[in-house]
Amino acid sequence: MSAPAVLLRDVRFRYRSGPEILDIPELTIVRGERVFLFGPSGSGKTTLLGLLAGVLAGYTGSVEVLGQDMAKLRGSARDAFRGTHIGYIFQQFNLIPYLTVRENITLPGRLQPARGKQAGDVTAVAQRLGIASLLERGVTELSVGQQQRVAAARALLGGPELLIADEPTSALDFDHRERFLELLFENCALTNSTLLFVSHDRSLAGKFDRQLSLVDFNRAQRQEPAA
Amino acid sequence: MIVLLSLAWKSLRNRLLTTSLTVLSIGLSMALLLGVENVRVGARESFANTISQTDLIVGARGGSLQLLLYSVFRIGQATNNISYESYQHWKNHPAVAWTIPYSLGDSHRGFRVVGTTEDFYQHLRFRRDRRLEFDAGRSPQGVFDVVLGSDVAAALNYKLGDKIVISHGVAAGRGIADNDHADKPFTVSGILKKTATPVDRSLYIQLEGISAVHIDWADGAPPMPGEEVPASKIAKENMKVEQITSFLLRCKTRIATLQLQREINTYKEEAMQAIIPGVTLQELWRTIGYAEDALQVVTIFVILVGLLGMLVSLYTSLNERRREMAILRAIGAGPGKIIALLVLESGLLALAGCVVGVVMIYGLSFAFQPVIEQQFGLYVPVQPPTPAGWLYLGTVLLAGILIGFVPAWKAYRNTLADGLSIRV
Repeated sequence: MSAPAVLLRDVRFRYRSGPEILDIPELTIVRGERVFLFGPSGSGKTTLLGLLAGVLAGYTGSVEVLGQDMAKLRGSARDAFRGTHIGYIFQQFNLIPYLTVRENITLPGRLQPARGKQAGDVTAVAQRLGIASLLERGVTELSVGQQQRVAAARALLGGPELLIADEPTSALDFDHRERFLELLFENCALTNSTLLFVSHDRSLAGKFDRQLSLVDFNRAQRQEPAA
Repeated sequence: MIVLLSLAWKSLRNRLLTTSLTVLSIGLSMALLLGVENVRVGARESFANTISQTDLIVGARGGSLQLLLYSVFRIGQATNNISYESYQHWKNHPAVAWTIPYSLGDSHRGFRVVGTTEDFYQHLRFRRDRRLEFDAGRSPQGVFDVVLGSDVAAALNYKLGDKIVISHGVAAGRGIADNDHADKPFTVSGILKKTATPVDRSLYIQLEGISAVHIDWADGAPPMPGEEVPASKIAKENMKVEQITSFLLRCKTRIATLQLQREINTYKEEAMQAIIPGVTLQELWRTIGYAEDALQVVTIFVILVGLLGMLVSLYTSLNERRREMAILRAIGAGPGKIIALLVLESGLLALAGCVVGVVMIYGLSFAFQPVIEQQFGLYVPVQPPTPAGWLYLGTVLLAGILIGFVPAWKAYRNTLADGLSIRV
């Protein structure tokens, strides 16, 4: 448990022949921390998340997630690692349109048996997020706010060690945003998950343990501002 | 795998319209392919069963195919007749159960006139054990009675009691006026039910009738003026049958057939030949069978078009589904699972198409079997798929699965390019 949730050293990344997107000398996120990561569009936020989730390869330097060197995992092992240890919430349209709420929430566990083993009670998670009554509904009938809670429930079920949320509140109005964040905090505390919350909206930043400005620690962006 | 299968199923169900259209198009082409296969089998069966229970066809020595063609299909002509004496000899042979004599050479408005006896109506069998039945009237009782095949009656719109004139020779169309046996008209005494065999396309009179119309002819030429014999002076008892063209023969035991065939072929009194219809029918089928190959090639292309339709519909759906793929990636589905998902989808589509095709073709064959038999003389069997049918089904299923790899590869490329970033 001593290994940090995220440890980056001398990480550089570019898409094929494109310009360097990331040049991060050092980044550490300890376990259980709630981190707010902000930066303007194009500052490399999504790229960084791709590295952490093990979807992007071909970087230099070292990326360790939960003590696991991502470069040492190949192909399906990386997918399995992501599916088992990381919860991921997108900005919006998080859900598979042709599955019910319950099916969406339980899908990661069914795709990755290891995650399935740790998966707890769906109803309990749904209750904590206030969507218990929606479990058998089709996801297309839900409001955006409800959809984001379903996404959160899916990301939280099975208590992943790391929860990555990529601007999950940007489609919500102010009240819903506050409420969603509270729910996220409560549940992360319950499962002792590390939360990496990405947004360009700094009004939420105060609620987090730590605020990180990507532009500050990403040298690539300082030399070459986003187009 | 079960998870992916249920995902594929639900994803297809979600795009119900596209899915049903794709399944329908594969189903239709599958039904067409199986239908053609059934028609092929049906055609071959119908053909092989044009006559049944006939062990030998006997005629003057010549080509065996020719003998079959003029005796069974009423195509072409005999070069020689056989004597009535020889016919009587074989008819009374102890191994013979029954015979049906045919005397050919005259026609009526393009349809052949066949001289035969009551044996024809009693013994002729087709499609295994079906016998001739009358739609109206009965078999010819007098020398100038004629029975019509159902096609003849339908084409010329004849009814019982109508008077018709037969012509010498078998040239198509109306006979040459000089060759008409106009002085000896025939009366329609019966009309046969449809048999869907060449029987329908002929007229039947008594052997004596053939003799009667030619009684005053000499050396194949019409009588000189003043030498005509009026019909009123002709009585059946006075008519002598000199020769016939061929006859069908049934042996008392099947084992006797080969022995009898050898005996007839080596008959000293007259140069004759006996053929086994089944063997010669098969020979004939082989020569005309290329038509069915052509039909088959066409259907194979229809199947290809159906499968291409599936490819197009899956491929075009991928752009709308990029987000779905990114979500699946984010929750731990690797590229392998993405590929498997799409291959399963196309496999399911092909499977559903095959099922729909099979159901459709059996429904259709069942519903239209009587109509097809009536209209086209084709007996299409309603039966489980033939080995060839199963082969088609398996091939289409396999092709459907293989085709799934094309959109799957595209989806795989998309997920590599998109990663977890989502493009709407």
